[in-house]
Amino acid sequence: METITSFSPGLAVLVSLLGALMILISGRRPNIREGFSLLAGITKFGIVASMIPVVMSGKLIELRLWDVLPGLPIMFRVDAFGLLFGLIASFLWIFTTLYSIGYMRTLKEHAQTRFFFCFAIALSSAIGIAFSANLFTLFIFFEILTISTYPLVVHIETPEAMKAGRKYLLYLLTSGVFLLFSIIAVYHYTGTTDFAFGGIIAGNGIPANMVILLFVTFMIGSAKAAFMPFHSWLPSAMIAPTPVSALLHAVAVVKAGVFVATRIILYIFGIDVMSETGLALAMAYVVAFTIIVASLFALTQDNLKKRLAYSTISQLSYIILGVAMLTPAGITGGMMHILNHAFMKITLFFCAGAFIVASGKEKISEMNGIAKQMPFTMIAFTVGALGMAGTPITAGFISKWYLLIASVEISQIPLLLVLLASTLLNVAYFFPIIINAFFKKPERELSYKEAPLFMLVPLLLTALISIIIGIMPDEPLALVSIAVQNLIGGT
Amino acid sequence: MVLEMIFAKYNYIIYITLMTIGFYGMIGKRNLIKKLIGMSIFQYSIFLFYVSAADVSGGTAPILLKEPAVYVNPLPHVLILTAIVVAVSTLAVGLSLVIRIYREYGTLDEDKILELSK
Amino acid sequence: MITDHLPILLIIIGFFGAFFTPIIGMIRKKLCSPWATFITMLQFLISLLLLYNVLAAGNLSYWLGGWQPPWGIEYAVDILNAFVLVIVAGVCFLVSIYSRKSLGLEVPGKEIPLYTLYIVLSTGMLGIVITGDVFNLYVFLEISSLAAYALIALGGRQSAMASFNYMIMGTISASFILLGIGYLYVMTGTLNMADLSILLPGIYGRPVLLVAIALIVVGLSIKTALYPLHTWLPDAYTHAPSAISALLAGTFTKVGIYALIRVMFTVISPSYVIETVPVMSMLTWLAAIGILAGSILAIAQYDIKRMLAYSSVSQIGYIILGVGLANNIAMTGGILHILSHSLMKTGLFMVSGAIIYRTGIKNIYQLKGMGKKMPYTMGAFVVGALSMIGIPPTVGFASKFYLAWGALEAGKWVFVIVILLSSLLTAVYFWRIFENVYFGVHETEEIKKDEAPLSMLIPIVIFAALVFLAGIFASIPIEVIKIWVIGVLP
Repeated sequence: METITSFSPGLAVLVSLLGALMILISGRRPNIREGFSLLAGITKFGIVASMIPVVMSGKLIELRLWDVLPGLPIMFRVDAFGLLFGLIASFLWIFTTLYSIGYMRTLKEHAQTRFFFCFAIALSSAIGIAFSANLFTLFIFFEILTISTYPLVVHIETPEAMKAGRKYLLYLLTSGVFLLFSIIAVYHYTGTTDFAFGGIIAGNGIPANMVILLFVTFMIGSAKAAFMPFHSWLPSAMIAPTPVSALLHAVAVVKAGVFVATRIILYIFGIDVMSETGLALAMAYVVAFTIIVASLFALTQDNLKKRLAYSTISQLSYIILGVAMLTPAGITGGMMHILNHAFMKITLFFCAGAFIVASGKEKISEMNGIAKQMPFTMIAFTVGALGMAGTPITAGFISKWYLLIASVEISQIPLLLVLLASTLLNVAYFFPIIINAFFKKPERELSYKEAPLFMLVPLLLTALISIIIGIMPDEPLALVSIAVQNLIGGT
Repeated sequence: MVLEMIFAKYNYIIYITLMTIGFYGMIGKRNLIKKLIGMSIFQYSIFLFYVSAADVSGGTAPILLKEPAVYVNPLPHVLILTAIVVAVSTLAVGLSLVIRIYREYGTLDEDKILELSK
Repeated sequence: MITDHLPILLIIIGFFGAFFTPIIGMIRKKLCSPWATFITMLQFLISLLLLYNVLAAGNLSYWLGGWQPPWGIEYAVDILNAFVLVIVAGVCFLVSIYSRKSLGLEVPGKEIPLYTLYIVLSTGMLGIVITGDVFNLYVFLEISSLAAYALIALGGRQSAMASFNYMIMGTISASFILLGIGYLYVMTGTLNMADLSILLPGIYGRPVLLVAIALIVVGLSIKTALYPLHTWLPDAYTHAPSAISALLAGTFTKVGIYALIRVMFTVISPSYVIETVPVMSMLTWLAAIGILAGSILAIAQYDIKRMLAYSSVSQIGYIILGVGLANNIAMTGGILHILSHSLMKTGLFMVSGAIIYRTGIKNIYQLKGMGKKMPYTMGAFVVGALSMIGIPPTVGFASKFYLAWGALEAGKWVFVIVILLSSLLTAVYFWRIFENVYFGVHETEEIKKDEAPLSMLIPIVIFAALVFLAGIFASIPIEVIKIWVIGVLP
């Protein structure tokens, strides 16, 4: 495969680091600070987008920087899968920046400079993860992501927030330790940590039980993906301001976790090893369990953000489920779901934030009749919810379709049933909200209006895009199919 | 048999005995001055070991003589001179510390000092 | 050529400097601190030159007074010495800049004895590292220890007692070392390290050698504060003046470890201490226990300096673990950790000193709002702490990576677990501080910025920057260390 060297991936990471620096310097003047934030977001997306033509033509972009440890360089390699994740993260950053300006200003939040600063760093590391060429580089950004999101989680600084923050760290640092162990072990056995299309585990004479152990530690290491039983940090982290929940906990952090899990399954272990050892199927059932149980948990939550969090846990497991099925359709569905879920879930979170800002309401039971006051927000919410359930013409349908095909292909009927059951559960936990919001009468007269434009516009746009993807999925599908072709060769 | 060995290496026995006494003084005694005394005994026992180990029975000082003779290696003695200087300085530092401690707490009993410094 | 005499110049300059400090102090007391900075700077430059020469032209050997070893004293410089010399001299130099204000406040009016001792201490440590003669090593060990006792005793009310206890432990340690050296001498008739390493294989079977090794190992373990012989360290570091804690934490224990490595791997051969006598595996177990015990004890502390001191016990465990595993990866990691720990711990102690300088606060639960009051200082603290935890891309991560990898290479899973678990424990005790420093104060009144003076801030920031730079470019020190390690452990 042809590779070209270019500074673009490095620049994409660097631009938000510089942005973070400028944010820190201009901290005293909010307008300039936010200007820098936005500018960095747009530049970043521009740089990432500029790599599309090259990757679409089937080439890879590589950038080898210096060796941090001998033989372990900081190295970027942009392939179709990484680019997909990079595009999502950087594109949604622009919206989130706009949205957070509205959110933070309306609520007159404190420490906004810290907020935007950490946000920019987190984004840098998300892009770094997307473009990493080896586990080592990936780990560096993974840890930076953990550290930089901590101040965002505990932003409100109440004792509960600090407690949630501790839980967050406990889970993520522990998982980091497991990941580090796995990386060292892989490096020890194979002498490399590079991602390769066929995996690097095969043919190194690693004992079979060691492979299984490594897989387990790797999966614990990617606990950022929040599959059970390593999920409980995510609902706790919902104490963060909503833009954080929206971008980081629906897109960047957990997606980074899923992205890493996928990278490990497909590019470290490789399809052959995964299917020979039976690990893939085992993983598929673990996440299938997660899909169902997390949905059931979601049903019991009254706090809207927490319900969304459980929904995220369940939806992310779709992605890993798809990947673990190891068929072209499954991988396509999984990778597409990264994109689809990002747009749908960010819409839902943006809506949840809009409710908080406009009405101060966080609980579902208090949202009766809210659609009359905030019709646009509620419509966007409905679009997101329909997508989650996998209704046709929304983005969610595309990925779910592929996943269903894959489960039939490998003739695992239980998985098929899980997917169908999960659709029902999605309906069960989202539709009551919508129905109550539109048709139930509020207990008291409601006096608030739509959230400020800064928030409303981004959420409408993301809702719109999630429909557009549902109608015209060709472009992203083309990108995904390149990734799948690289992995499987043919089809 | 055992006795013979003890007599043949009596210098070792003496230095080990002294060393144990010194060690006990440093660790077991609660009075700071007694600790310092223990410390000195401990250090000097080692000096004795060096000096006695270098001794050759019947040897003379290594001064240039007309005819070859059995002489004692002077190097250990020289080394121990250095070590003695070190030991004396340590003792001096120790004693001055003890004076400071006494001024601070009005006692030299370690247990009492520990109580006072809580 | 003057460059031929660099090894001895390093020491001569130091003693010359120490000797003239009182004279300079008599002219003006204020001049003592710049003088110490100047002297340590010269030593630092010489160390750098030595490292450069060693890398460029191979090992140096300097014969004192032209007497050929093994009769004369030899100063032998190889990569390991030169590397440690640069660390020690660098820390001494930067801390001396920092110390002017810090010691000026904590130990007012005592510049003359302070800086005389400071230079003696730094020279003594450099002497330990550069010498190629075991008895000379003992002498330098005592010189630096005596200076250290006195410097520690200059601290607050409880410092005299801390210093006294340290002196007792230190003397036991030095006496053991002296005795061990005595045995080596009795057996071989030489004190020169190179000569010993040639002669010792002939007597490997003899039990006396075991006694000698045991004495030296125990003696040096006390010096390096290897658990459970660490008891002197927490008190000494807590009660010493802050600048002195920083200096000792960054250099003194490291010098002890250097001596341990030198004696075990150069004087006695690696194969003997690894295979024939299980000294090394014993050390690794103690180190592993120390790593965990130190971290757990650190969690229990609320005095910031005491917490850092216990954390040192744990970090020293890492170094010894790496050395004790004695394969070439773990060893590289261990030696790299000498660098990492010097940078991190000196920086952290300097930050705690700066906090004490500005506010007098020692209790970590009273640090609320410090992130706004002293943003740069606390920023440096965060960098240091993250490095202690082992978050990339800091130097602490690089050494931890190598240590864990080395443990895996040796097939010692327990140690891999210990190393990784301890990172989490480290995170626990540092995160308490972060929480207090940065969060939970926004509702109280506006906090005024009150940063440490520049002469303190600059060294602190340099250390933070170095932690970061050495982490990003860790392959440079690693390549240097590897040359030595591969030479010793093929």
